[in-house]
Amino acid sequence: MPETLVALYIFVLACFIGFYVIWGVTPSLHTPLVALTNAISGIVIVGALLVTGLEEVGGLAEIFGFFAVLLASINVFGGFLVTNRMLSMFKKKDRK
Amino acid sequence: MELSANGQAIAYLISAILFIFALKGLTHPASARNGNYFGMAGMAIAVVATLMGTEVQSYGFIIAGVAAGAVIGSIMAARVEMTAMPQLVAALHSFVGMAAVLVAIGTFLNKQAANELNAVLMGELSAGIIIGAITFSGSVIAFGKLQGLISGAPVIFKGQHAVNALLALVTIGFGVHFAMTGSINSLVIMTVLAFILGFTLIIPIGGADMPVIISMLNSYSGWAAAATGFTLQNNLLIIVGAIVGFSGAILSYIMCKAMNRSIINVVFGGFGSESAGESSAAAQAVQKGVKSASIEDAIYWMEDANKVIIIPGYGMAVAQAQHALKEFMELLEDRGVEVKFAIHPVAGRMPGHMNVLLAEADIAYDHVLEMDEINPEFPTADVALVVGANDVTNPAARTDSSSPIYGMPILDVDKARNIYVIKRSMNPGYSGVDNLLYYEDNCSLIFGDAKDVCEGLVTALKGGGH
Repeated sequence: MPETLVALYIFVLACFIGFYVIWGVTPSLHTPLVALTNAISGIVIVGALLVTGLEEVGGLAEIFGFFAVLLASINVFGGFLVTNRMLSMFKKKDRK
Repeated sequence: MELSANGQAIAYLISAILFIFALKGLTHPASARNGNYFGMAGMAIAVVATLMGTEVQSYGFIIAGVAAGAVIGSIMAARVEMTAMPQLVAALHSFVGMAAVLVAIGTFLNKQAANELNAVLMGELSAGIIIGAITFSGSVIAFGKLQGLISGAPVIFKGQHAVNALLALVTIGFGVHFAMTGSINSLVIMTVLAFILGFTLIIPIGGADMPVIISMLNSYSGWAAAATGFTLQNNLLIIVGAIVGFSGAILSYIMCKAMNRSIINVVFGGFGSESAGESSAAAQAVQKGVKSASIEDAIYWMEDANKVIIIPGYGMAVAQAQHALKEFMELLEDRGVEVKFAIHPVAGRMPGHMNVLLAEADIAYDHVLEMDEINPEFPTADVALVVGANDVTNPAARTDSSSPIYGMPILDVDKARNIYVIKRSMNPGYSGVDNLLYYEDNCSLIFGDAKDVCEGLVTALKGGGH
Protein backbone atom coordinates (compact mmCIF):
# COMPACT_ATOMS: atom_id res chain seq x y z
CA MET A 1 0.00 0.00 0.00
CA PRO A 2 1.49 3.37 -0.97
CA GLU A 3 2.34 5.73 1.88
CA THR A 4 -0.27 8.30 0.95
CA LEU A 5 -2.96 5.65 1.18
CA VAL A 6 -1.72 4.56 4.61
CA ALA A 7 -1.91 8.19 5.67
CA LEU A 8 -5.49 8.33 4.41
CA TYR A 9 -6.39 5.24 6.49
CA ILE A 10 -4.94 6.86 9.59
CA PHE A 11 -6.71 10.12 8.85
CA VAL A 12 -10.13 8.55 8.44
CA LEU A 13 -9.81 6.38 11.55
CA ALA A 14 -8.62 9.38 13.57
CA CYS A 15 -11.73 11.26 12.42
CA PHE A 16 -13.83 8.56 14.07
CA ILE A 17 -11.83 8.87 17.30
CA GLY A 18 -12.39 12.62 17.22
CA PHE A 19 -16.10 12.16 16.64
CA TYR A 20 -16.63 9.89 19.64
CA VAL A 21 -14.25 11.64 22.04
CA ILE A 22 -15.61 15.11 21.37
CA TRP A 23 -19.26 14.14 21.81
CA GLY A 24 -18.32 13.05 25.32
CA VAL A 25 -17.12 16.52 26.31
CA THR A 26 -19.48 18.28 28.70
CA PRO A 27 -20.97 21.51 27.26
CA SER A 28 -19.84 23.49 30.29
CA LEU A 29 -16.25 22.89 29.19
CA HIS A 30 -16.65 23.87 25.55
CA THR A 31 -14.49 26.99 25.89
CA PRO A 32 -11.61 25.04 27.48
CA LEU A 33 -12.15 22.46 24.72
CA VAL A 34 -11.59 25.09 22.03
CA ALA A 35 -8.52 26.39 23.88
CA LEU A 36 -7.12 22.90 24.37
CA THR A 37 -7.67 21.81 20.76
CA ASN A 38 -5.98 25.06 19.85
CA ALA A 39 -2.95 24.15 21.93
CA ILE A 40 -2.94 20.64 20.49
CA SER A 41 -3.14 21.90 16.91
CA GLY A 42 0.09 23.68 17.79
CA ILE A 43 1.44 20.23 16.86
CA VAL A 44 2.29 21.85 13.52
CA ILE A 45 5.38 22.83 15.51
CA VAL A 46 6.67 19.35 14.63
CA GLY A 47 6.43 20.26 10.94
CA ALA A 48 8.07 23.61 11.65
CA LEU A 49 10.96 21.89 13.45
CA LEU A 50 11.46 19.48 10.56
CA VAL A 51 11.62 22.34 8.04
CA THR A 52 13.90 24.55 10.12
CA GLY A 53 16.22 21.87 11.47
CA LEU A 54 17.15 20.31 8.15
CA GLU A 55 20.94 20.22 7.87
CA GLU A 56 21.09 21.58 4.33
CA VAL A 57 18.18 24.00 4.83
CA GLY A 58 18.27 27.02 2.51
CA GLY A 59 18.29 30.57 3.90
CA LEU A 60 14.75 31.36 2.76
CA ALA A 61 13.29 28.10 4.06
CA GLU A 62 15.06 28.67 7.36
CA ILE A 63 13.37 32.07 7.75
CA PHE A 64 9.95 30.63 6.90
CA GLY A 65 10.67 27.82 9.31
CA PHE A 66 11.70 30.18 12.09
CA PHE A 67 8.43 32.10 11.91
CA ALA A 68 6.49 28.85 11.78
CA VAL A 69 8.27 27.64 14.92
CA LEU A 70 7.57 30.98 16.60
CA LEU A 71 3.84 31.01 15.78
CA ALA A 72 3.30 27.36 16.64
CA SER A 73 5.19 27.80 19.88
CA ILE A 74 2.96 30.76 20.87
CA ASN A 75 0.03 28.44 20.24
CA VAL A 76 1.40 25.60 22.31
CA PHE A 77 2.36 27.70 25.32
CA GLY A 78 -0.55 30.14 25.11
CA GLY A 79 -3.09 27.36 24.51
CA PHE A 80 -2.07 25.01 27.29
CA LEU A 81 -1.52 27.76 29.86
CA VAL A 82 -4.80 29.52 29.21
CA THR A 83 -6.63 26.18 29.34
CA ASN A 84 -5.01 25.49 32.67
CA ARG A 85 -5.97 28.93 33.92
CA MET A 86 -9.60 28.41 32.93
CA LEU A 87 -9.86 24.90 34.32
CA SER A 88 -8.44 25.97 37.68
CA MET A 89 -11.49 28.24 38.02
CA PHE A 90 -14.00 25.42 37.75
CA LYS A 91 -14.69 24.47 41.34
CA LYS A 92 -17.27 22.43 43.11
CA LYS A 93 -19.34 23.99 45.84
CA ASP A 94 -17.31 24.15 49.06
CA ARG A 95 -19.12 26.81 51.06
CA LYS A 96 -20.27 26.16 54.61
CA MET B 1 21.80 11.07 21.48
CA GLU B 2 19.81 10.35 18.37
CA LEU B 3 16.47 8.67 18.15
CA SER B 4 15.91 6.14 15.37
CA ALA B 5 12.97 6.55 13.00
CA ASN B 6 11.22 3.66 14.72
CA GLY B 7 11.83 5.11 18.16
CA GLN B 8 10.42 8.38 16.94
CA ALA B 9 7.33 6.68 15.55
CA ILE B 10 6.67 5.02 18.92
CA ALA B 11 7.10 8.36 20.71
CA TYR B 12 4.60 9.96 18.30
CA LEU B 13 2.14 7.16 19.01
CA ILE B 14 2.41 7.73 22.76
CA SER B 15 1.96 11.43 22.17
CA ALA B 16 -1.22 10.84 20.10
CA ILE B 17 -2.65 8.64 22.87
CA LEU B 18 -1.92 11.33 25.47
CA PHE B 19 -3.76 13.91 23.33
CA ILE B 20 -6.81 11.63 23.18
CA PHE B 21 -6.72 11.27 26.97
CA ALA B 22 -6.39 15.04 27.25
CA LEU B 23 -9.67 15.55 25.39
CA LYS B 24 -11.26 12.66 27.23
CA GLY B 25 -10.47 14.51 30.47
CA LEU B 26 -12.87 17.27 29.46
CA THR B 27 -15.77 14.88 30.01
CA HIS B 28 -16.03 16.30 33.52
CA PRO B 29 -14.66 19.42 35.25
CA ALA B 30 -13.09 17.24 37.98
CA SER B 31 -10.86 15.36 35.51
CA ALA B 32 -10.24 18.25 33.14
CA ARG B 33 -7.09 19.66 34.69
CA ASN B 34 -5.34 16.31 34.61
CA GLY B 35 -6.45 16.02 31.01
CA ASN B 36 -4.68 19.25 30.22
CA TYR B 37 -1.50 17.90 31.80
CA PHE B 38 -1.77 14.82 29.57
CA GLY B 39 -1.92 17.21 26.64
CA MET B 40 1.19 19.07 27.78
CA ALA B 41 3.04 15.78 28.23
CA GLY B 42 1.99 14.65 24.76
CA MET B 43 3.27 17.87 23.23
CA ALA B 44 6.56 17.69 25.14
CA ILE B 45 7.15 14.10 23.98
CA ALA B 46 6.36 15.01 20.37
CA VAL B 47 8.72 17.98 20.34
CA VAL B 48 11.59 16.16 22.08
CA ALA B 49 11.20 13.12 19.80
CA THR B 50 11.33 15.40 16.77
CA LEU B 51 14.41 17.25 17.97
CA MET B 52 16.20 13.98 18.76
CA GLY B 53 15.41 12.49 15.37
CA THR B 54 17.93 12.28 12.57
CA GLU B 55 16.28 14.96 10.42
CA VAL B 56 16.79 17.89 12.79
CA GLN B 57 20.43 18.94 12.74
CA SER B 58 20.58 22.70 13.14
CA TYR B 59 19.15 24.16 16.33
CA GLY B 60 19.86 27.91 16.41
CA PHE B 61 16.66 29.18 14.78
CA ILE B 62 14.61 26.52 16.56
CA ILE B 63 15.74 27.53 20.04
CA ALA B 64 15.18 31.20 19.27
CA GLY B 65 11.70 30.55 17.85
CA VAL B 66 10.54 28.29 20.68
CA ALA B 67 11.91 30.62 23.36
CA ALA B 68 10.28 33.72 21.87
CA GLY B 69 7.02 31.84 21.35
CA ALA B 70 7.08 30.58 24.94
CA VAL B 71 7.46 34.10 26.31
CA ILE B 72 4.78 35.64 24.06
CA GLY B 73 2.34 32.75 24.56
CA SER B 74 2.76 32.70 28.35
CA ILE B 75 2.20 36.43 28.63
CA MET B 76 -0.90 36.26 26.44
CA ALA B 77 -2.32 33.37 28.46
CA ALA B 78 -1.64 35.06 31.80
CA ARG B 79 -2.98 38.48 30.87
CA VAL B 80 -6.09 37.78 28.82
CA GLU B 81 -9.44 38.73 30.37
CA MET B 82 -11.98 35.92 30.40
CA THR B 83 -14.41 38.14 28.49
CA ALA B 84 -11.76 38.42 25.77
CA MET B 85 -11.24 34.67 25.48
CA PRO B 86 -12.89 34.52 22.01
CA GLN B 87 -10.38 37.07 20.71
CA LEU B 88 -7.44 35.10 22.10
CA VAL B 89 -8.76 31.92 20.54
CA ALA B 90 -9.24 33.67 17.19
CA ALA B 91 -5.68 34.98 17.36
CA LEU B 92 -4.30 31.53 18.17
CA HIS B 93 -6.29 30.00 15.30
CA SER B 94 -4.73 32.50 12.93
CA PHE B 95 -1.26 31.48 14.15
CA VAL B 96 -1.91 27.80 13.43
CA GLY B 97 -3.12 28.72 9.96
CA MET B 98 -0.10 30.89 9.23
CA ALA B 99 2.30 28.30 10.66
CA ALA B 100 0.79 25.67 8.35
CA VAL B 101 1.31 27.96 5.34
CA LEU B 102 4.91 28.69 6.33
CA VAL B 103 5.67 25.01 6.92
CA ALA B 104 4.23 24.11 3.52
CA ILE B 105 6.27 26.75 1.70
CA GLY B 106 9.38 25.83 3.68
CA THR B 107 8.85 22.18 2.81
CA PHE B 108 8.49 23.11 -0.86
CA LEU B 109 11.77 25.04 -0.81
CA ASN B 110 13.62 22.22 0.98
CA LYS B 111 12.25 19.51 -1.32
CA GLN B 112 12.96 21.63 -4.38
CA ALA B 113 16.57 22.07 -3.28
CA ALA B 114 16.82 18.30 -2.72
CA ASN B 115 15.06 17.58 -6.04
CA GLU B 116 12.40 15.49 -4.30
CA LEU B 117 9.28 17.19 -5.66
CA ASN B 118 6.44 15.17 -7.14
CA ALA B 119 2.84 15.83 -8.13
CA VAL B 120 1.28 14.12 -5.08
CA LEU B 121 3.47 16.06 -2.67
CA MET B 122 2.77 19.35 -4.43
CA GLY B 123 -0.95 18.61 -4.43
CA GLU B 124 -0.79 18.05 -0.68
CA LEU B 125 1.23 21.24 -0.27
CA SER B 126 -1.45 23.16 -2.17
CA ALA B 127 -4.15 21.78 0.11
CA GLY B 128 -2.11 22.69 3.19
CA ILE B 129 -1.47 26.23 1.98
CA ILE B 130 -5.08 26.86 0.93
CA ILE B 131 -6.58 25.60 4.20
CA GLY B 132 -3.91 27.33 6.29
CA ALA B 133 -4.31 30.65 4.48
CA ILE B 134 -8.12 30.59 4.79
CA THR B 135 -7.76 29.79 8.49
CA PHE B 136 -5.36 32.68 8.91
CA SER B 137 -7.24 35.48 7.20
CA GLY B 138 -10.63 34.20 8.39
CA SER B 139 -9.37 34.23 11.98
CA VAL B 140 -7.94 37.71 11.57
CA ILE B 141 -11.40 38.93 10.47
CA ALA B 142 -13.04 37.09 13.38
CA PHE B 143 -10.54 38.70 15.75
CA GLY B 144 -11.28 42.13 14.30
CA LYS B 145 -15.03 41.65 14.68
CA LEU B 146 -14.70 40.39 18.26
CA GLN B 147 -12.32 43.13 19.26
CA GLY B 148 -14.57 45.75 17.68
CA LEU B 149 -11.87 46.79 15.19
CA ILE B 150 -14.29 46.14 12.37
CA SER B 151 -18.06 46.23 12.46
CA GLY B 152 -19.73 43.08 13.68
CA ALA B 153 -22.50 43.63 11.17
CA PRO B 154 -22.51 41.23 8.26
CA VAL B 155 -20.98 42.72 5.12
CA ILE B 156 -23.10 41.63 2.22
CA PHE B 157 -23.04 42.65 -1.41
CA LYS B 158 -24.85 41.38 -4.44
CA GLY B 159 -23.40 38.34 -6.13
CA GLN B 160 -21.25 37.63 -3.10
CA HIS B 161 -21.70 33.88 -3.22
CA ALA B 162 -20.93 33.78 -6.92
CA VAL B 163 -17.75 35.78 -6.33
CA ASN B 164 -16.69 33.48 -3.49
CA ALA B 165 -17.41 30.35 -5.53
CA LEU B 166 -15.44 31.73 -8.47
CA LEU B 167 -12.56 32.74 -6.23
CA ALA B 168 -12.49 29.25 -4.69
CA LEU B 169 -12.47 27.60 -8.11
CA VAL B 170 -9.67 29.82 -9.43
CA THR B 171 -7.64 29.20 -6.25
CA ILE B 172 -8.01 25.44 -6.63
CA GLY B 173 -7.22 25.78 -10.33
CA PHE B 174 -3.88 27.43 -9.59
CA GLY B 175 -3.26 24.77 -6.92
CA VAL B 176 -3.78 22.01 -9.49
CA HIS B 177 -1.56 23.82 -11.98
CA PHE B 178 1.15 24.10 -9.36
CA ALA B 179 0.86 20.39 -8.52
CA MET B 180 1.17 19.44 -12.21
CA THR B 181 3.98 21.79 -13.20
CA GLY B 182 5.68 23.02 -10.02
CA SER B 183 5.29 26.58 -11.27
CA ILE B 184 6.28 29.02 -8.53
CA ASN B 185 4.05 31.71 -10.05
CA SER B 186 1.03 29.47 -9.59
CA LEU B 187 2.10 28.76 -6.02
CA VAL B 188 2.30 32.45 -5.19
CA ILE B 189 -0.99 33.36 -6.91
CA MET B 190 -2.76 30.43 -5.22
CA THR B 191 -1.45 31.50 -1.81
CA VAL B 192 -2.54 35.11 -2.24
CA LEU B 193 -5.98 34.08 -3.52
CA ALA B 194 -6.45 31.73 -0.56
CA PHE B 195 -5.72 34.57 1.86
CA ILE B 196 -8.34 36.71 0.08
CA LEU B 197 -10.81 33.83 0.15
CA GLY B 198 -10.54 33.49 3.94
CA PHE B 199 -11.34 37.18 4.17
CA THR B 200 -14.36 37.10 1.87
CA LEU B 201 -15.73 33.92 3.46
CA ILE B 202 -15.86 35.27 7.01
CA ILE B 203 -16.66 38.96 6.47
CA PRO B 204 -20.34 38.33 5.58
CA ILE B 205 -21.03 36.44 8.82
CA GLY B 206 -22.65 38.57 11.51
CA GLY B 207 -21.39 39.13 15.05
CA ALA B 208 -24.31 37.17 16.49
CA ASP B 209 -22.94 34.04 14.86
CA MET B 210 -19.53 34.33 16.52
CA PRO B 211 -19.90 31.02 18.40
CA VAL B 212 -20.24 29.27 15.04
CA ILE B 213 -17.36 31.16 13.41
CA ILE B 214 -15.03 30.37 16.30
CA SER B 215 -15.97 26.69 16.11
CA MET B 216 -15.60 26.63 12.33
CA LEU B 217 -12.15 28.21 12.41
CA ASN B 218 -11.21 25.79 15.17
CA SER B 219 -12.13 23.04 12.76
CA TYR B 220 -10.15 24.62 9.88
CA SER B 221 -7.05 24.90 12.05
CA GLY B 222 -7.29 21.15 12.64
CA TRP B 223 -7.64 20.37 8.94
CA ALA B 224 -4.64 22.64 8.27
CA ALA B 225 -2.56 20.58 10.72
CA ALA B 226 -3.77 17.36 9.09
CA ALA B 227 -2.84 18.63 5.62
CA THR B 228 0.62 19.48 6.93
CA GLY B 229 0.81 15.91 8.21
CA PHE B 230 0.09 14.58 4.73
CA THR B 231 2.85 16.66 3.15
CA LEU B 232 5.41 15.60 5.75
CA GLN B 233 4.09 12.04 5.93
CA ASN B 234 3.83 12.57 9.66
CA ASN B 235 1.12 10.41 11.21
CA LEU B 236 1.01 12.35 14.47
CA LEU B 237 0.02 15.53 12.65
CA ILE B 238 -2.60 13.63 10.68
CA ILE B 239 -4.16 12.11 13.81
CA VAL B 240 -4.15 15.32 15.80
CA GLY B 241 -5.38 17.37 12.86
CA ALA B 242 -8.30 15.01 12.25
CA ILE B 243 -9.35 15.03 15.90
CA VAL B 244 -9.15 18.82 16.21
CA GLY B 245 -10.91 19.21 12.86
CA PHE B 246 -13.76 17.05 14.05
CA SER B 247 -13.90 18.80 17.40
CA GLY B 248 -14.52 22.14 15.70
CA ALA B 249 -16.99 20.59 13.28
CA ILE B 250 -19.03 19.05 16.11
CA LEU B 251 -19.04 22.33 18.03
CA SER B 252 -20.25 24.15 14.90
CA TYR B 253 -23.03 21.59 14.58
CA ILE B 254 -24.06 21.99 18.25
CA MET B 255 -24.09 25.78 17.94
CA CYS B 256 -26.17 25.72 14.77
CA LYS B 257 -28.59 23.27 16.32
CA ALA B 258 -28.98 25.59 19.33
CA MET B 259 -30.02 28.37 16.95
CA ASN B 260 -32.16 26.08 14.80
CA ARG B 261 -30.19 27.11 11.72
CA SER B 262 -28.24 25.09 9.21
CA ILE B 263 -24.51 25.60 8.85
CA ILE B 264 -25.17 26.70 5.24
CA ASN B 265 -27.55 29.35 6.53
CA VAL B 266 -24.94 30.64 8.99
CA VAL B 267 -22.08 30.66 6.50
CA PHE B 268 -24.05 32.37 3.77
CA GLY B 269 -26.69 34.03 5.92
CA GLY B 270 -25.49 37.40 7.13
CA PHE B 271 -27.93 37.14 10.03
CA GLY B 272 -28.39 39.92 12.55
CA SER B 273 -27.37 43.54 12.27
CA GLU B 274 -26.27 46.09 14.82
CA SER B 275 -29.24 47.73 16.51
CA ALA B 276 -29.81 51.45 16.48
CA GLY B 277 -29.44 53.99 19.31
CA GLU B 278 -31.18 53.78 22.66
CA SER B 279 -34.01 56.27 22.87
CA SER B 280 -35.62 56.67 26.28
CA ALA B 281 -36.08 53.11 27.41
CA ALA B 282 -38.86 53.62 29.91
CA ALA B 283 -40.94 55.72 27.50
CA GLN B 284 -40.72 53.02 24.85
CA ALA B 285 -41.65 50.44 27.44
CA VAL B 286 -44.82 52.23 28.47
CA GLN B 287 -45.74 52.68 24.85
CA LYS B 288 -45.30 48.99 24.23
CA GLY B 289 -47.21 47.94 27.33
CA VAL B 290 -44.23 46.57 29.20
CA LYS B 291 -44.09 46.76 33.00
CA SER B 292 -41.05 48.28 34.58
CA ALA B 293 -40.07 47.41 38.12
CA SER B 294 -37.72 48.73 40.78
CA ILE B 295 -34.97 46.82 42.51
CA GLU B 296 -37.10 46.71 45.67
CA ASP B 297 -39.97 45.03 43.80
CA ALA B 298 -37.62 42.29 42.61
CA ILE B 299 -36.09 41.82 46.06
CA TYR B 300 -39.57 41.51 47.58
CA TRP B 301 -40.20 38.40 45.50
CA MET B 302 -36.73 36.96 45.74
CA GLU B 303 -35.75 37.32 49.39
CA ASP B 304 -38.18 34.69 50.66
CA ALA B 305 -38.40 32.58 47.53
CA ASN B 306 -37.73 28.86 47.44
CA LYS B 307 -35.98 28.87 44.12
CA VAL B 308 -34.47 31.58 41.95
CA ILE B 309 -33.04 30.84 38.50
CA ILE B 310 -30.65 33.34 37.01
CA ILE B 311 -30.26 33.50 33.22
CA PRO B 312 -27.03 35.23 32.28
CA GLY B 313 -26.30 36.41 28.77
CA TYR B 314 -23.56 38.32 27.02
CA GLY B 315 -24.95 41.54 28.54
CA MET B 316 -23.79 40.25 31.91
CA ALA B 317 -20.28 39.72 30.57
CA VAL B 318 -20.11 43.14 28.93
CA ALA B 319 -21.20 44.83 32.16
CA GLN B 320 -18.87 42.57 34.21
CA ALA B 321 -21.82 41.84 36.48
CA GLN B 322 -20.80 38.27 37.32
CA HIS B 323 -19.03 39.15 40.58
CA ALA B 324 -22.01 41.13 41.89
CA LEU B 325 -24.24 38.24 40.86
CA LYS B 326 -22.12 35.83 42.83
CA GLU B 327 -22.44 37.99 45.95
CA PHE B 328 -26.18 38.21 45.38
CA MET B 329 -26.35 34.44 45.02
CA GLU B 330 -24.55 33.92 48.34
CA LEU B 331 -26.82 36.37 50.16
CA LEU B 332 -29.88 34.56 48.81
CA GLU B 333 -28.44 31.19 49.77
CA ASP B 334 -27.79 32.43 53.29
CA ARG B 335 -31.52 33.11 53.47
CA GLY B 336 -32.26 29.55 52.38
CA VAL B 337 -33.10 30.34 48.76
CA GLU B 338 -32.02 27.79 46.16
CA VAL B 339 -30.17 29.60 43.36
CA LYS B 340 -29.32 28.12 39.97
CA PHE B 341 -27.88 29.47 36.75
CA ALA B 342 -29.34 28.53 33.37
CA ILE B 343 -27.07 28.57 30.35
CA HIS B 344 -28.15 28.48 26.72
CA PRO B 345 -25.64 26.81 24.37
CA VAL B 346 -25.11 30.01 22.35
CA ALA B 347 -24.95 32.40 25.30
CA GLY B 348 -21.79 34.48 25.01
CA ARG B 349 -19.38 34.85 22.10
CA MET B 350 -18.05 31.30 21.94
CA PRO B 351 -19.18 27.83 22.98
CA GLY B 352 -19.22 27.52 26.78
CA HIS B 353 -18.16 31.14 27.26
CA MET B 354 -20.73 31.86 29.98
CA ASN B 355 -19.59 28.88 32.05
CA VAL B 356 -16.04 30.22 32.13
CA LEU B 357 -17.19 33.70 33.15
CA LEU B 358 -19.27 32.28 36.00
CA ALA B 359 -16.41 30.01 37.06
CA GLU B 360 -14.14 33.05 37.10
CA ALA B 361 -16.56 34.73 39.53
CA ASP B 362 -16.15 31.67 41.75
CA ILE B 363 -19.61 30.32 41.12
CA ALA B 364 -19.41 26.54 41.64
CA TYR B 365 -20.11 24.56 38.48
CA ASP B 366 -22.79 22.44 40.13
CA HIS B 367 -24.93 25.60 40.34
CA VAL B 368 -24.66 26.11 36.60
CA LEU B 369 -27.00 24.05 34.46
CA GLU B 370 -27.36 23.55 30.72
CA MET B 371 -30.61 24.19 28.89
CA ASP B 372 -31.89 20.60 28.87
CA GLU B 373 -31.18 20.15 32.58
CA ILE B 374 -32.74 23.39 33.76
CA ASN B 375 -35.83 23.71 31.56
CA PRO B 376 -37.97 21.27 33.61
CA GLU B 377 -37.20 23.38 36.69
CA PHE B 378 -38.64 26.71 35.51
CA PRO B 379 -42.27 25.89 36.48
CA THR B 380 -41.12 25.37 40.07
CA ALA B 381 -39.05 28.57 40.21
CA ASP B 382 -40.47 31.51 42.14
CA VAL B 383 -38.36 33.99 40.24
CA ALA B 384 -36.42 33.90 36.99
CA LEU B 385 -33.89 36.73 36.81
CA VAL B 386 -32.67 37.44 33.29
CA VAL B 387 -29.36 39.32 33.20
CA GLY B 388 -28.38 40.50 29.75
CA ALA B 389 -29.89 37.59 27.80
CA ASN B 390 -32.54 38.16 25.17
CA ASP B 391 -33.26 36.00 22.14
CA VAL B 392 -32.66 32.75 24.04
CA THR B 393 -35.61 33.57 26.34
CA ASN B 394 -38.09 34.60 23.62
CA PRO B 395 -41.23 32.44 23.68
CA ALA B 396 -41.86 33.49 20.07
CA ALA B 397 -39.44 30.70 19.18
CA ARG B 398 -42.11 28.26 20.38
CA THR B 399 -45.30 30.00 19.36
CA ASP B 400 -44.84 32.34 16.42
CA SER B 401 -44.14 30.43 13.24
CA SER B 402 -43.56 33.70 11.37
CA SER B 403 -40.71 34.73 13.67
CA PRO B 404 -37.16 34.43 12.30
CA ILE B 405 -36.17 32.59 15.47
CA TYR B 406 -39.10 30.15 15.33
CA GLY B 407 -38.00 26.62 16.22
CA MET B 408 -34.91 27.69 18.09
CA PRO B 409 -34.66 25.83 21.41
CA ILE B 410 -35.05 28.37 24.22
CA LEU B 411 -34.87 28.54 27.99
CA ASP B 412 -38.43 28.23 29.33
CA VAL B 413 -38.12 31.40 31.38
CA ASP B 414 -41.78 32.32 30.77
CA LYS B 415 -42.87 29.33 32.86
CA ALA B 416 -41.45 30.77 36.07
CA ARG B 417 -43.91 32.38 38.51
CA ASN B 418 -42.28 35.82 38.35
CA ILE B 419 -39.82 37.10 35.81
CA TYR B 420 -37.46 40.03 36.18
CA VAL B 421 -35.36 41.13 33.24
CA ILE B 422 -32.42 43.45 33.73
CA LYS B 423 -32.07 45.42 30.54
CA ARG B 424 -30.48 48.65 29.43
CA SER B 425 -33.10 49.58 26.88
CA MET B 426 -35.94 48.21 24.83
CA ASN B 427 -33.67 47.42 21.91
CA PRO B 428 -34.20 43.96 20.51
CA GLY B 429 -31.47 41.31 20.65
CA TYR B 430 -29.07 40.34 17.89
CA SER B 431 -31.78 38.68 15.87
CA GLY B 432 -33.62 42.01 15.73
CA VAL B 433 -36.75 40.25 16.96
CA ASP B 434 -39.00 41.72 19.64
CA ASN B 435 -39.01 39.56 22.76
CA LEU B 436 -42.57 38.44 23.59
CA LEU B 437 -41.44 37.51 27.09
CA TYR B 438 -41.55 41.18 28.11
CA TYR B 439 -45.28 41.41 27.48
CA GLU B 440 -46.17 38.50 29.77
CA ASP B 441 -48.23 39.44 32.83
CA ASN B 442 -45.69 37.96 35.23
CA CYS B 443 -42.71 39.73 33.64
CA SER B 444 -41.25 43.08 34.69
CA LEU B 445 -38.23 44.91 33.39
CA ILE B 446 -35.62 46.58 35.55
CA PHE B 447 -33.92 49.17 33.40
CA GLY B 448 -30.24 49.84 33.99
CA ASP B 449 -26.71 48.57 33.56
CA ALA B 450 -26.49 44.90 34.59
CA LYS B 451 -23.68 45.54 37.05
CA ASP B 452 -25.36 48.56 38.68
CA VAL B 453 -28.63 46.68 39.07
CA CYS B 454 -26.93 43.58 40.50
CA GLU B 455 -25.00 45.70 42.98
CA GLY B 456 -28.28 47.42 43.84
CA LEU B 457 -29.84 44.03 44.48
CA VAL B 458 -26.96 43.13 46.80
CA THR B 459 -27.26 46.40 48.74
CA ALA B 460 -31.02 46.10 49.02
CA LEU B 461 -30.77 42.53 50.28
CA LYS B 462 -28.11 43.45 52.85
CA GLY B 463 -30.00 46.50 54.06
CA GLY B 464 -33.49 45.12 54.13
CA GLY B 465 -32.80 42.08 56.28
CA HIS B 466 -35.88 41.16 58.27
